[in-house]
Amino acid sequence: MKGRVIFNEDTCKGCGLCVNACPMKILALDLTRVNKIGYTPAHCFDMDKCIACTNCALMCPDSCITVERLDV
Amino acid sequence: MTVIFKKTKGLTDKPLTYCPGCTHGIIHRLVAEVLEELNVLDRSILIASVGCSVMSYDFFNCDSIQAAHGRAPAVATGVKRVRPDSIVFTYQGDGDLASIGTGEIVQAAHRGENITVIFVNNAIYGMTGGQMAPTTLPGQITTTSPYGRDVKTQGEPIKVSELMATIPGTYYVERVMTADPVSVRKAKTAIKKAFQNQVDGKGFSMVEVLSSCNIGWGLNPVDSLKYIKEDMASYFPLGVYKDKGKI
Ligand SMILES: Cc1ncc(C[n+]2csc(CCOP(=O)(O)OP(=O)(O)O)c2C)c(N)n1
Ligand code: SF4
Ligand code: SF4
Repeated sequence: MKGRVIFNEDTCKGCGLCVNACPMKILALDLTRVNKIGYTPAHCFDMDKCIACTNCALMCPDSCITVERLDV
Repeated sequence: MTVIFKKTKGLTDKPLTYCPGCTHGIIHRLVAEVLEELNVLDRSILIASVGCSVMSYDFFNCDSIQAAHGRAPAVATGVKRVRPDSIVFTYQGDGDLASIGTGEIVQAAHRGENITVIFVNNAIYGMTGGQMAPTTLPGQITTTSPYGRDVKTQGEPIKVSELMATIPGTYYVERVMTADPVSVRKAKTAIKKAFQNQVDGKGFSMVEVLSSCNIGWGLNPVDSLKYIKEDMASYFPLGVYKDKGKI
């Protein structure tokens, strides 16, 4: 694990731009849940593979994503 | 763990009113990040326009005025002249800047006002329901060009950056896009330059950002990014159209 992404689920509009931008393909919309503004929020299903590239955060129009890098 | 990316202080906590996947949100974030990084948030004044970004005064963490449709460059002129130490910028769509407001933007540029213009070109009138704009691509379907824009009767789309570059009063003009992480980083560099120019008193700077309107275009958010990259950027080539600092 090189990094971690934290989603602000309450403001996610489920647009999928982060899912599309992730080179490791570890993000997805959680179609089993609806957030409080009525969308299916994005989440990371395999955090171990995150490389902390920030691509998802760069593409999120709603600034929902915080990215952390593991200190080595 | 070290935080390497988080929401900028240049944006307020108000949820953006844009449609899911609309890249207005990315452009807001880039402008807000730049204002924070240049440490000018407390002396910045946004002149909001009319369009989907009409409520942008709620989203940027700085002072703002909402101008009548197309008139943001005229309001910005007044504000900058009476408050020369403020960092004054307009945020305008293509309906606002390239249609009803063509006169204002051209005259402000001719006067060489020391302001920054963020021009969001999404090739359509988003707010009013997806009508044809002066920037709508040839053949593009909108609610008022249901068979596609016919250049024989409706003319060719206006290339605003090319036009602005011919005006002696402009200092810096660049066209960028928000189609992928690489182009978003480049867009931020251009926006930063446009604001740094104003801080340094250089003069009129405009960044045209090719942006999506997935709702108006009838595409999903991801396909809209492809449309920006493949269709829009081939009609509206990216690049620096003018940089007086480099002549
Ligand atoms: C004087 C006046 N004329 C017309 C309108 C209707 N109107 C509202 S927004 C808009 C166009 C907005 O398009 P654009 O600037 O491209 O912004 P977008 O919504 O696509 O971001 C128009 C024509 C208005 N509000 N005021
Ligand atoms: S890009 Fe942002 S708003 Fe869109 S799905 Fe991802 S986290 Fe949600
Ligand atoms: S109508 Fe178009 S420009 Fe307006 S918020 Fe929706 S996607 Fe964005």
